[in-house]
Amino acid sequence: MLLDVKDIHKTYATADGPFEVLRGIGLTLDAGETLALTGESGSGKSTLLHLIGGLDTPDRGQIMLDGVDIAALDDNGRADLRRGTVGVVFQQFNLIPSLKVSDNIAFQARLAGRYDPDWLTVLADRMGLTPQMGKYPEQLSGGQQQRVAIARTLAPKPRLVLADEPTGNLDEATASVVMDLMLELVTVTGAGLLMVTHSDALAGRMQRRLHLRAGQVA
Amino acid sequence: MTRATLHALLSHWWRNPLQLFTLLAGLALATALWSGVQAVNAEARASYDAAAATLGEGQYDRLTRRDGQPMDQTIYVRLRRAGWLVSPVVQGRLDGVRIVGVEPLTAPGGIGPVNLSQDADIGSFLTGAGQLFGNAETAARLPDLDVIISPQTAPGTAVTDIGVAQDLLGKSGRIDSLIVLPAQPQGRPALADIAPELTRQQAQGGSDVGRLTDSFHLNLTAFGLLSFAVGIFIVNGAIGLAFEQRRPVVRTLRALGLPLRRLIILMAAELMIFALVAGIVGVALGYVIAALLLPDVAATLRGLYGADVSGTLQLRPSWWLSGLAIALGGTALAASGALYKLSRMPLLAAAQHRALAMAAGKRALAQGAIAVCLLIMSAVLMVTADGLIGGFTLLGALLIGAALALPLILDQILRVAGGLAKSVTAQWFWADTRQQLPGLSLALMALLLAMAANVGVSTMVSSFRLTFTAFLDQRLASELYVSTEDARQTAALIAYAAETADALLPIQSAETDIEGQPTQVFGARDHATYRDNWAFLQATPDPWDTTFAGQTILINEQLSRRAGLDLGDEIRLQDQTFTVAGVYGDYGNPIGQALINEAQFFRLYPDVMPDRFGVRMPAEKVPEFVAGLEAQTGIPPSQTINQAGIKAISLAIFERTFTVTTALNILTLAVAGFAILMSLLTLATMRVPQLAPAWAMGMTRARLGRLELMRAVLLAMLTAIVALPLGLALAWALLAVVNVAAFGWQLPMYIFPWDYARLGLFALLAAALAALWPARKLARTPPADLLKVFSNER
Repeated sequence: MLLDVKDIHKTYATADGPFEVLRGIGLTLDAGETLALTGESGSGKSTLLHLIGGLDTPDRGQIMLDGVDIAALDDNGRADLRRGTVGVVFQQFNLIPSLKVSDNIAFQARLAGRYDPDWLTVLADRMGLTPQMGKYPEQLSGGQQQRVAIARTLAPKPRLVLADEPTGNLDEATASVVMDLMLELVTVTGAGLLMVTHSDALAGRMQRRLHLRAGQVA
Repeated sequence: MTRATLHALLSHWWRNPLQLFTLLAGLALATALWSGVQAVNAEARASYDAAAATLGEGQYDRLTRRDGQPMDQTIYVRLRRAGWLVSPVVQGRLDGVRIVGVEPLTAPGGIGPVNLSQDADIGSFLTGAGQLFGNAETAARLPDLDVIISPQTAPGTAVTDIGVAQDLLGKSGRIDSLIVLPAQPQGRPALADIAPELTRQQAQGGSDVGRLTDSFHLNLTAFGLLSFAVGIFIVNGAIGLAFEQRRPVVRTLRALGLPLRRLIILMAAELMIFALVAGIVGVALGYVIAALLLPDVAATLRGLYGADVSGTLQLRPSWWLSGLAIALGGTALAASGALYKLSRMPLLAAAQHRALAMAAGKRALAQGAIAVCLLIMSAVLMVTADGLIGGFTLLGALLIGAALALPLILDQILRVAGGLAKSVTAQWFWADTRQQLPGLSLALMALLLAMAANVGVSTMVSSFRLTFTAFLDQRLASELYVSTEDARQTAALIAYAAETADALLPIQSAETDIEGQPTQVFGARDHATYRDNWAFLQATPDPWDTTFAGQTILINEQLSRRAGLDLGDEIRLQDQTFTVAGVYGDYGNPIGQALINEAQFFRLYPDVMPDRFGVRMPAEKVPEFVAGLEAQTGIPPSQTINQAGIKAISLAIFERTFTVTTALNILTLAVAGFAILMSLLTLATMRVPQLAPAWAMGMTRARLGRLELMRAVLLAMLTAIVALPLGLALAWALLAVVNVAAFGWQLPMYIFPWDYARLGLFALLAAALAALWPARKLARTPPADLLKVFSNER
């Protein structure tokens, strides 16, 4: 099993006092499997994704990824995990504006020490980014920027891909194309995919679907 | 990982060259001002050290005659025979060069031309064949003499054998002082038994010139530090903005797995590389500044203190290194806050908005609290500060406190103005200005410091000038001053003046110590010139009557302050006691001065012969007097100087002092103007999202540009209003605390409203010029860029 999440709790301090976002969530995911996380706004989908990605730490519970308990890792350990095992696709793309498209795509692979120019060429080609490689992110459309972000995430061939509403900023047609590409490339790499989405259509294309309500699995 | 990260970090600067330029230029300018001033100081100090090494100044005890006059050479022979290990020194001036004669065989090591050049004939030096040693400048001033170039020799000084010096200076058989070697044989007779006419001056561990000029250099260093502080404000602003702009990238890098520690190390390394590059450029610029300032500083030091400083600059590794160190240290100081914030920045921003807002509020509160503490501290120091350290602590607390308080003061003014605004546009303008304030506050702080320094220093300098001009009118009352070269000329002058002038007033002085302070005692002839012209800071009802009656003594302010002497205190000169009857202002004189009546002076110092005289006569008769003087006595016009001439020379010396401070003033203001320009340019890009809604709602781009320009001028004007009282407080601290501690006299403070108004206009002009380009840029922002604000794709 690639991912095993057990009894996760997370509380945030807000202006109105403590707010418990996650209340005992659990889930599993195998390598090569795709899972959609759906739910209303504030149900805890993104928080759960951040915890699994090592971007934040749970108050209680266990997240076993490839046999390692993420919740027990320190800051450096979680950085190692984000660099080598997990890849995250953000809704806001989070590209580095001062780097060209080619450098953005290669960035995480270089960071992880798994730079493979042939694989990057395949990725760029499949994503239709070859003509854009010399441009800067601000010169691309939103759909193109998201494809760059996906290529960057897949470049080091991570074991687990986490996607936080990756098509939330895109129109329906572009979202569909981007999603097709992501699913295809995830299949090629054999990674597990956990995707947060509001879209029933996109969720329907995943192998499994988990619905959250008020911090718990519905 | 490191390479990829560095590439990502550095790419920010290539994509934002203006920001990189701001950072490098700010740091380079700050370093340039600092290292320029330090280079001038280092050059001057090296000159003093060379001079001190030449004469062993401050390192060895010396024997001199009690009346300060040269002694007969036989005294030296007498002391050597009695077992005293002493070495003779003769010194004097020839064509403006200080000639120093030493005896190489008896002089202690380290004195004299120790670094003989290869072509020097040591034999001829020892046998008195006439060789002198001096640097190239000195050699050029003595074309008729055989001067061997020795770069290590002090500027303006030529060293030679004692016999040669005696011949050149017309002091045959006479010496000025005897150096007492540290190791002396036991059981030698006491000095009072062999040479009772001599007195022993203890070594003071440093050169007199070095101590006298320390305060001057301290002031220069303080100015350099202030300029550096202004520069560091720019660097801080540039780094802060760069970090703010890179915040999302930093989050992305961390989200992609870059460890925080490595990120901070790499960002710090990146800044240090920039600091090194800017530091090298800054030190090179500093060299140019120093080369431009040094001739004026050298002239000032020569005029004020008689200190010879080389007018040319040498490249010294110490100030290259100190310049680079200050650039690196300054960058570390400016970046430490930004790096600390980075290390505390949460990886996920969204959940922390409120916490960040609360933290910003707390920071403003802490800044306000620190500002209030510093301003209270400066208020307390204004009453209690004593000495240079207290004075500079006062200045530091005042300036930093005011700088920290400025954004809070401006924020309150803008809040009130916003509340009073009637039209929607005005309300938006005030609210938007207030919102922009944090981004501009560092540049405005730099402007505040620069303006306050300008107001403060120009007030001090102008007050100095007014006081000094009035002082010259009082002290240079005689219409003509004549110097004589020998007793024959003196006698001829006295005879000639008796027939042709209203009065002849000898100017005669002897060196002595009063209460441990080196002092020149003058003997004054009873004449109305003194009674009519001299003004006292404090005096008994009839100071001149009692002084000319031989009962009292008049002292200058420096001696009064340093020796703690007040009216009614007693001063002992040899066997006679005098009561202090008056304290007079004596601006520009570094040492103590005392004045007694002529008869008493001759009794105490019988060997002193006057060789300078003030001549009283109607001013229109001066040319006729000078012509007749040469015809009848052979004293040429070159030995005379009229009142107007001497005033012009004295004022010229001070003008050169002011040239240095004025140059630094202008540079500091220019640096502040640069800070505003760079802040506005950097902010201009970030302003688009704030201006786009106003444009969308019907304001033209041209109007937005005009409002941007107005905003910069308005903020500069408000800053100028705050800078005025701060500058006046700075001037007061300089005049009443620092000046007294550094120079020993207090100056009255005058206010110069027109100068301040002009400075204010310059500041507004600088702000307007600085804002013009960014405003024009904003006014020409393509509509497509403004529209992007409303698009998700931005």
